[in-house]
Amino acid sequence: MADLTTDFLGIKSPNPFWLASAPPTDKEYNVRRAFEAGWGGVVWKTLGAEGPPVVNVNGPRYGVIHGPDRRVLGLNNIELITDRPLEVNLEEITRVKKDYPNHAVIVSIMVPCEEQAWKDILPRVEATGADGIELNFGCPHGMSERGMGAAVGQVPEYIEMVTGWCKKYYSKPVIVKLTPNITDVRLPAAAAKRGGADAVSLINTINSIVSVDLDSMSPEPSINGKGTHGGYCGPAVKPIAMSMVSEIARAPATAGLPISGIGGVTTWRDAAEYIALGCGNVQVCTAAMTYGFKVVQEMITGLSQWMDEKGHKSIQDFMGAAIPNTTDWQYLDLNYVAKAVINQDDCISCGRCFAACEDTSHQAIVMSEDRKFSVLDAECVACNLCVEVCPVENCITMVQQPAGTVDPRTGQTILDGYANWTTHPNNPDSVAAE
Amino acid sequence: MTSPMTPGIAADRLSNEALAQNFADLHVPLEPHEVRVAADRCYFCYDAPCVTACPTDIDIPLFIRQISTDRSEAAAKTILDMNILGGMCARVCPTEVLCEQACVREVSEGKPVEIGRLQRHATDSLMAKNIHPFSRAASTGKKVAVVGAGPAGLSCAHRLALKGIDVTIYDTRSKAGGLNEYGIAAYKSTNDFAAKEVAWLLSIGGITIENNKTLGMDMTLDGLSSDFDAVFLSVGLGGVNALSMSNEDDICMSDAVGFIETLRQTTDLASIPIGRNVVVIGGGMTAVDAAVQSKLLGAEQVTIAYRRGREAMSASRYEQDLAASHGVKLLFNVQPVTLEALGTSAALVLEYTATKDGRLTGTGETMRISADQVFSAIGQTLTTDGGLALDGRKISVTGAGRTSRDRVWAGGDCASGGDDLTVTAVAEGRDAAMDIYATVMGGAN
Repeated sequence: MADLTTDFLGIKSPNPFWLASAPPTDKEYNVRRAFEAGWGGVVWKTLGAEGPPVVNVNGPRYGVIHGPDRRVLGLNNIELITDRPLEVNLEEITRVKKDYPNHAVIVSIMVPCEEQAWKDILPRVEATGADGIELNFGCPHGMSERGMGAAVGQVPEYIEMVTGWCKKYYSKPVIVKLTPNITDVRLPAAAAKRGGADAVSLINTINSIVSVDLDSMSPEPSINGKGTHGGYCGPAVKPIAMSMVSEIARAPATAGLPISGIGGVTTWRDAAEYIALGCGNVQVCTAAMTYGFKVVQEMITGLSQWMDEKGHKSIQDFMGAAIPNTTDWQYLDLNYVAKAVINQDDCISCGRCFAACEDTSHQAIVMSEDRKFSVLDAECVACNLCVEVCPVENCITMVQQPAGTVDPRTGQTILDGYANWTTHPNNPDSVAAE
Repeated sequence: MTSPMTPGIAADRLSNEALAQNFADLHVPLEPHEVRVAADRCYFCYDAPCVTACPTDIDIPLFIRQISTDRSEAAAKTILDMNILGGMCARVCPTEVLCEQACVREVSEGKPVEIGRLQRHATDSLMAKNIHPFSRAASTGKKVAVVGAGPAGLSCAHRLALKGIDVTIYDTRSKAGGLNEYGIAAYKSTNDFAAKEVAWLLSIGGITIENNKTLGMDMTLDGLSSDFDAVFLSVGLGGVNALSMSNEDDICMSDAVGFIETLRQTTDLASIPIGRNVVVIGGGMTAVDAAVQSKLLGAEQVTIAYRRGREAMSASRYEQDLAASHGVKLLFNVQPVTLEALGTSAALVLEYTATKDGRLTGTGETMRISADQVFSAIGQTLTTDGGLALDGRKISVTGAGRTSRDRVWAGGDCASGGDDLTVTAVAEGRDAAMDIYATVMGGAN
């Protein structure tokens, strides 16, 4: 049996599945049940400063992109940080951590960008016994209008400064949660590292309008006829988040900085992919909000089975394993030549490969009178579009052409060995191969 | 009240509640969410096989995509552009041997996209709003007579009216619709759908229907030819083939077509007498419709007796299974010989058949089954040919329904070719209309 326990910044948890700071972690009642259901840790819903709590809208907070069977593909929210009194949250965190010493309890915090505000709250959070804090520099709606959340996360200097305050007034691990609503995620990550962050977590939600009501002409969710952008999460954002995670894992300035992966983790496979890209654990929200806490059981058993199949004894065994294979385009092997091959036994003759290739790609698939589809090697650039639009998995595959043979498309003999754009004769900046 | 066990032929075998349930929609309409899920299964195939399989060439992937984006009325327009009786065809088409058989998902997983039910959703949505998505061109001053207000005639008339032709439809019955109105199992066309569809179709304008007018009695082809610029014959097959049994006159024998018509026209299903033991002779859709409805009326034992093997039945395997699922027994390779007294009831003597040297013959071996009522469903025949050349037992046509006579076209069941389906009749009517239009407008023939 694979060992799923994780040690993230010295914080132990029975598995890498944490609930992200969000509505599911807003209160003791839920967090206790989440731990009982199997979640390895929680990041408590973001706490604000002492005083009257924020207020939320009293109309809809969520909007969703659905699949045809109402599958939740993307979730948008305009909810703010916790709207419960600070004192209540701190008391609950204290009780929960005492009762669950082997689970991770992280406290998310968002207070104004003033040293005193952080100096005031951090000792009180420390007193709860929680394992660490996560700085919410990512929330893109509402709080950002007040100079917090993403408004901080979009300015690397602020990140560095506030992270520094936290390291000064708090003794346990500090995780900086990053916003994706920036142009280059490496800059805020590096700033967090300079400020002394123990880890970064990403992504927070993406600015989004999920739909417009074409009768009322209001963005949705609509509050009495008006809407605002929210934060987008769920399966739809996973590719964006994974790219950002990989950038931080690869960048020299941040390489080795622990990462908690967030964004559309719905199954064990999503988690395994994030971990392969260098994450020490993952945080989940939308899957729990869609299916309830029980969904973690699939993640735990699925990851465990896959690790057993692959011979991974612990999360460490494959953590970051895909990073060495994540590279820049310029280093991709231009001597790798593939051609699409259609398995005629599996083909159901829908013709989607043909329509896609003929109308939008390279006219490399021909259709016979009796609806048989075949690939013209002389035209096929191995773009993979046919593979992806084919409704039958593995019916069309990309087959590598052996070195020494001639690619009928280019008329060139396929060379052995690796060669990339940096040395390609068409590249004006190419460096002649030695 | 009687029961299924009551001997002989009797009305009132089932309660009104049971009858209402039995004769409800065979395929209930899809719910909105089911529509989305069903539509999502369509792969939007290139040059889709389902379209090729549709006698009316409806652009099925397009209309399903329109449904999937909540534009059911646009979807209906796509359907009705090619098949103005798309609503009825959605109910009665043997999709299992047409579009859904060709669906790539049928090929790959044995579960096709539910094209028929999706088509019904689209056309029902449009008709529920009483939208007629076509408007008539300015009148051309040309006049065409259509004889027979069945699917072929209605389709032809609508297309001609659309193009600005004035159309007069003559029909021998008191109601328009032909087989849609009189000849389809009641559970396939509930809530008076056939009549509603005709009314909706006529809202294009430019079509007059004269009921109770029979060709050969109330008018002649010569007369129509001189009064109109063109004539389209879609008179169907008005006669029924007769069985030859030794004592045909003695037995409670009736034709299945008449029985089906009675069921469709009644307002009181309980009043229709049905045998405790019913035998239907034949192997087509009419046989299945009669047998299943006999069962639904409360007959205890219903048997379809067909003289050839299962594979030769013109009723599709789906229809055969439908009959079997209702408790109808299917007997193959038997032919009726005579009826004998059997206590208070009667027994139908059936002789086994075999094919020898390409000919079907009785083997001499017989069996007996109880039979209080026997329906004959062995095909229908042309009763009016208007003096036109025939091809076998139907009016000979070439091209888009051209007959042997100048400016006379024919289509639907009365014309040669096709496979006697509603959808085929619609296609023939539509295509003849386009040929008629070109002819009367161009002056050439």
